[in-house]
Amino acid sequence: MTVLISDHAFDPWSYLAEYQRERVGQAAQTGATAVFVGSMRDFNAGDTVSGMFLEHYPGMTESYLEKISQEAVQRWDLNDSLIVHRVGELCPGEPIVLVAVWSAHRKAAFEASRWLMEELKSKAPLWKKEQLAEGSRWVEHNTPG
Amino acid sequence: MRVQVRFFAALRERAGIPALEVSVPEGATVAQVWSLAAKKIPIEDNILAAINMQYAGFDSLVHEGDEVAFFPPVTGGAQ
Repeated sequence: MTVLISDHAFDPWSYLAEYQRERVGQAAQTGATAVFVGSMRDFNAGDTVSGMFLEHYPGMTESYLEKISQEAVQRWDLNDSLIVHRVGELCPGEPIVLVAVWSAHRKAAFEASRWLMEELKSKAPLWKKEQLAEGSRWVEHNTPG
Repeated sequence: MRVQVRFFAALRERAGIPALEVSVPEGATVAQVWSLAAKKIPIEDNILAAINMQYAGFDSLVHEGDEVAFFPPVTGGAQ
């Protein structure tokens, strides 16, 4: 179970490959791996977005993500979980979040990864400020999944 | 007793300050900390609070040395 807040750009695919190689390995009890990667769009609410600042609450953001990871591991009997979340200044197209879970069967992997993303979006202390042509604005609502 | 107050995101900008210390009486609640710390900012239903990095209600009691944070609804994850 790993949670990482990154203030610089990360490549979710190489990070995932390394994590799989070093932490999960070729564990025969893992039959299913579910991966979600969220990236920054260049549009929102009808406007072109040229950049974004992602603010977090150092300490609370990590502990909240660890709390939901522990809950997911117990509830779905996961073999492992991984959350990487970007903070700081972002450009369109850059990955924001990586969620991966490993379990014996696909049902647990699909359900746990979806649940982790929804918990993260609705309660983890993270705030987006979008840069538009005419200034910047705080995002006040999440788009529905 | 003294508590540390922190604001985040849009609330931090509206408060004009990221953190401050306030003195509150024994038995004070998060709501009392808010009214002392936020002063001119009108309270809105959607403002969230945390004590020592755990979500807390506005009626929760605070204690000496607590860190009380206020922030707007969260917007993490992919959009």
